Amino acid sequence: MTDPTALTLAEARAALGDKSLSSVELTRAYLAAIDKAKGLNAYVAVTAERALQMAEVSDARRAKGEAGPLEGLPLGIKDLYATEGVHTQACSHILDKFAPAYESTVTSHLWRDGAVMLGKLNMDEFAMGSSNETSYYGPVASPWLPPNWTPERAKAALAGDKKGLLTPGGSSGGSASAVAARLCLAATASDTGGSIRQPAAFTGTVGVKPTYGRCSRWGMVAFASSLDQAGPIARDVRDAAILLRSMAGYDAKDSTCYDAPVPDYETAIGRSVKGLTIGIPREYRIDGMAGEIEALWRQGADWLKAAGAKVVDVSLPHTRHALPAYYIVAPAEASSNLARYDGVRYGLREDGDDIIGLYEKTRAKGFGPEVRRRLMIGTYVLSAGYYDAYYVRAQKIRTLIKRDFETVFAGGVDAILTPATPTAAFGIGEKGSADPVEMYLNDVFTVTVNMAGLPGLVAPAGQSPDGLPLGLQLIGRPFDEETLFALGAAIEQAAPKLKTPAPWWA
Amino acid sequence: MSVDQAAVRRIARLARIAVDEQEIAHLQDEINAILSFVEELSAVDVEGVEPMTSVIPMRLPMREDVVTDGEIAAKVLANAPLTEGGFFLVPKVVE
Repeated sequence: MTDPTALTLAEARAALGDKSLSSVELTRAYLAAIDKAKGLNAYVAVTAERALQMAEVSDARRAKGEAGPLEGLPLGIKDLYATEGVHTQACSHILDKFAPAYESTVTSHLWRDGAVMLGKLNMDEFAMGSSNETSYYGPVASPWLPPNWTPERAKAALAGDKKGLLTPGGSSGGSASAVAARLCLAATASDTGGSIRQPAAFTGTVGVKPTYGRCSRWGMVAFASSLDQAGPIARDVRDAAILLRSMAGYDAKDSTCYDAPVPDYETAIGRSVKGLTIGIPREYRIDGMAGEIEALWRQGADWLKAAGAKVVDVSLPHTRHALPAYYIVAPAEASSNLARYDGVRYGLREDGDDIIGLYEKTRAKGFGPEVRRRLMIGTYVLSAGYYDAYYVRAQKIRTLIKRDFETVFAGGVDAILTPATPTAAFGIGEKGSADPVEMYLNDVFTVTVNMAGLPGLVAPAGQSPDGLPLGLQLIGRPFDEETLFALGAAIEQAAPKLKTPAPWWA
Repeated sequence: MSVDQAAVRRIARLARIAVDEQEIAHLQDEINAILSFVEELSAVDVEGVEPMTSVIPMRLPMREDVVTDGEIAAKVLANAPLTEGGFFLVPKVVE
């Protein structure tokens, strides 16, 4: 075999299964690829020794006939999952040197099933961002070349400030970049307003945000607890299904975790979509939408129609209020969750004249500008006199958003098809420096799903006129991820296959 | 609604984030940009609508009221910037 990193997760699983490849060989190949791709900045910590050790133990387990569902498969882990004794900072300065004494439930499920950890992946600080530019560890570059750029020009930019290179999206930018650049078989990610699905769309990968409660949040660094959910980013729909099955499952340590068996999502791949009803929400046709996005959306509906699904127009009247309401609910919850970073119990500490001074100086230095901004907004909307006008009103609007979806599903719609992002990937340094709201608009199609707690899947469906990946989003009924996997696989089957970016960074 | 500079200082204090005097005007602009973005919500009819408390209808699970964890002081303190004799160390709070 020439390059084992070219295999998908399912293919690697088969190669390990028939002993044509060992986990140690596969892990070595990934560690070598990661070493050559340092410039992309996808990893903030590489756990090479531990990876090889896990791979050796895995090969031994397989030899004894005790292989788990992810046996020997090397994965990347977003920096917000607590990994015992290993770098866990949600890419924030305020968590300097934090290495937890415990393992998150989601990652412990992966190790239980035999997976190998390659390292921790870059992300926007505390998952607040849509371009991975708010990370304390600097931006991540997408493996996709900017239109009309030569590999030489891109390589030179990689060695400098990375300006003009494409962002992989965010907040799970490291996860998306690493999967697209073949620096891991697949990666864990997390999604509060679109942080799995927008990066997947930008990098031509598959991202799934499961139903709220499907995965345990225990051991994930919290951003907005009523919206946060774990999920995979993978190279294709099947790989995402395999990974989600291991990540999901009941956990008594998260009181919002759903207590029901996890289906074998992989069996939904290739399942007929004949007779399913797909809703096309008219409110997602936003002003000034790019022609290529509109065309892609129509094309996606046609593919599903050709596969035997029925396509109907539906209405989700409160859609336009979702993003503004999100920018009240999410900062409010963040201001409460992030109150714990005080310079006393872990991470960065800046001395002050008194205890309040210590708190204020530590938090001023430890949080980046975007996090500080959101914490101040959250503090304001929860403060006396404003709580009802902002926070309670936003939560009422959230009820209306959820009701819209319930009405559509009750009308016999099995899933909803929408664009994933308003545009293809943009450049590092291009957006949001003058007005923070410009960056927020990236999540206009994804944020409704978090507000309603529903599952959403993004799969690559085409390319922009410049040749950049574009994705489509499928939104499902609560806990009906299986239908999304079946439909996502149908779109994947029909869509022209994207060419993997050549490794210009190596 | 919009905030003035005094409000920005008050919010920063409540959020326990030290802010330099020269940052105030800039922060005020940014906060007001976000507040104007969410302004449209005040026009939505929410009469009789219950605020969302849980996206998935579920009963909070109950458990026995017993100690399930503990005796791990060393682990709890392992990441602290400053400790002494099994305690977190902070500046003097009470004179």
